[in-house]
Amino acid sequence: MQDPKAELIPGAAESWTVSDDGTVYTFKIREDAVWSNGDPVTADDFVYAFQRLQNPETAAEYASMLYVVKGAEAVNTGAGKPEEMGVKAIDPKTLEVTLNAPTPYFLEMLTHQATYPVHRASIESLGADWVKPGNMVSNGAFTLAEWVPNDHIKIVKNPKFHDAENVKLDVVNYIPTEDRSTAIKRYEAGELDSNDDMPTEQLADLRAKFGDQVKIGPYLGTYYYAVKWDKEPWSNAQLRRAISMAIDRDFLAEQVWGNSMIPAYGMVPPGIQGYTPAEADYADMDQLTREDEATKILAELGYGPDNPLKLEIRYNTSENHKNTAVAIQEQLKPLGVEVTMVNTDTKTHYGHLEQKGDFDYARAGWIADYKDPESFLGISRKASGSNYSNYHNPKYEELMDAAAAAGGNAEERFKLLAQAEQVLVDDLGNMPLLFYSYHNLVSPKLKGFEENVMDVHPSRFISKEG
Amino acid sequence: MLRYVIRRLLTAIPTLFLIVTISFFLMRVAPGGPFNQERGLNPTVKANLERAYHLDQPLWKQYLLYLNDLLHGNFGPSYNLPDFTVADLFRTGLPVSIQLGASALILALIVGGVLGIVAALYQNRSADYAVIATATAGSTIPTFVTAPLYQLVFGLMLAWVPVAGWGGGDLAHKIGPVIVLALPQLAIVARLMRGSMIEALRSNHIRTARALGLSSFTVVVKHALRSALLPIVSYAGPAAAALLTGSVVVETIFAIPGVGRYFVDAALNRDYTLVMGTVVVIAVFVVVFNLIVDLLYAVVDPRVRYD
Repeated sequence: MQDPKAELIPGAAESWTVSDDGTVYTFKIREDAVWSNGDPVTADDFVYAFQRLQNPETAAEYASMLYVVKGAEAVNTGAGKPEEMGVKAIDPKTLEVTLNAPTPYFLEMLTHQATYPVHRASIESLGADWVKPGNMVSNGAFTLAEWVPNDHIKIVKNPKFHDAENVKLDVVNYIPTEDRSTAIKRYEAGELDSNDDMPTEQLADLRAKFGDQVKIGPYLGTYYYAVKWDKEPWSNAQLRRAISMAIDRDFLAEQVWGNSMIPAYGMVPPGIQGYTPAEADYADMDQLTREDEATKILAELGYGPDNPLKLEIRYNTSENHKNTAVAIQEQLKPLGVEVTMVNTDTKTHYGHLEQKGDFDYARAGWIADYKDPESFLGISRKASGSNYSNYHNPKYEELMDAAAAAGGNAEERFKLLAQAEQVLVDDLGNMPLLFYSYHNLVSPKLKGFEENVMDVHPSRFISKEG
Repeated sequence: MLRYVIRRLLTAIPTLFLIVTISFFLMRVAPGGPFNQERGLNPTVKANLERAYHLDQPLWKQYLLYLNDLLHGNFGPSYNLPDFTVADLFRTGLPVSIQLGASALILALIVGGVLGIVAALYQNRSADYAVIATATAGSTIPTFVTAPLYQLVFGLMLAWVPVAGWGGGDLAHKIGPVIVLALPQLAIVARLMRGSMIEALRSNHIRTARALGLSSFTVVVKHALRSALLPIVSYAGPAAAALLTGSVVVETIFAIPGVGRYFVDAALNRDYTLVMGTVVVIAVFVVVFNLIVDLLYAVVDPRVRYD
């Protein structure tokens, strides 16, 4: 699991070993690990959870994330048997997981909720109702007490948790507030101790009012435009480069997003330890030089006032997405590029992209599921369902494969991934625009709330004064 | 009377069937699906999801499956909130919306009605102008203005009430949303009441009643009010159906866990089963309240009978 800084710490397992070839993980489950009903947490619970995740009937959204486990994908497609998966209980307290290939981010993946154990007996006796308050048996620091959709989720301290003595909070209420202005007022009135969103267009006012209670920092998420890579005229690398150069990302970050975003020249955001993200070669060029260069490229390609380049941007409904597209439209106008926009609701937008519908540039975003560059680079691989650009460069595939093969050697792997990212960035397989940042309002009463790139803040480590 | 009610309810069945059918197919015309999102799904995962919800079947078969479930009282699972069934969501949300809507409706009818009568009795005098001015303001200032204003003044500056939330429906949480929701209705009721009261006061039977020397209280309350109520009754029926099934704006701004938001959210999320659930619930409310209005006519207006 993750500590307050989103660093890995042991959770249900007290220790683990990895085989020399990096494919077999053996976890020793802590002796004092028990479920909230008193049953011991066993290796079987994990085996059951992993099998259940891949069972096609469960139809789990995150099943594909764990295809790295040997035999998992086969189970999920219906071709393989669950018991043949690479997840075995050696004894009640020893779990062995076998992977297809060395996967250094496997441990990071285990922080994701899809990999948590589930209490088999209650699922088997209660069916879908096992998640209801009162029914749900868990092995974490808290248990579910109440859940009213759109109103609140109330969790209470689990006295059977192995580290219960260090859990300070007795009750935590999670309160969703759809309207962000209301959320701010609720926070101001003291009804909320923390809120994880705010109207970023009012950021300056909020900072003036709340000072350092406004916490903003880099978050592992990338805001980019997919570009129809295999369609004229966008299949021309020089043209993609000119468009990307001409976009003033500083303006977008500062003026459109009120400094709640960071200019991006690569696909992988900063903040992954040991990894040096790739950057476009024009990242440090000043905007005027870039515009000159872009104009030159466009002229060479025969575009100009007499033959304007037509570009259509598709985006999903959101005030900020609209403002971003409008700003880009304005920025490209002096270069003689005529930008038009198509706005659809989120489902239509992503439905269109998934069906490989026609477009020039289309907004997309990616938030890391786990802290590894692979999470950001995998989406541009040829076979990925999220490769909306239809990006395909054999060199990129080669480097990504090489990085996967180098799984055992973390340093070498990151180096190869960075090379792959450089290929992607130079190719503009996607056009990165901005990196996301987290924005939390946190009351000074809360202690133990540490800012981190994953924006995770386990209640287990938080306490409240006064 | 009873036979009339039964007949009306029976004729509602084909109406509901038609509404369900049209909605089911219209909903599926919208592009995109429940599983299209920023985080694109792996094709295998998507196929598993579609199979689990029968979305891989031909549309006519899905329709028959849905009808069959519906006839067995099963509204299906929500795609967007997979831990809840559509029935679960209505079981927790509908009582909240009904409580909120009914309180607002009663408030609007009583206060609006009294204001309307007062305005009619003091026609073209200052009390009348005051009521008309208030009513105009009430019906023109939108809820998305009054709601944040209420939160700012009473929740933050004066700190008399919580800013938002439902708190299980206690008075402090409820009062703001009820007033905000009632205001536009109140204004409409006041104007309707004033108009129909003025007309009633000029009618022949009132002139006769006055000529007979009845006290003006008896004239107004017993005779004029009764006939003046007819437009209010016809207005209140559809208004009740709309209010009791939740208000999108009020529930969103006040973070109230009612069903009002589902109408919009379900459609935007392509949460097909929840969309159908809301359609059925609204349709039933409209049918029932139209029936109640028609029955109330008979009570208020002696000329109307259902035998």
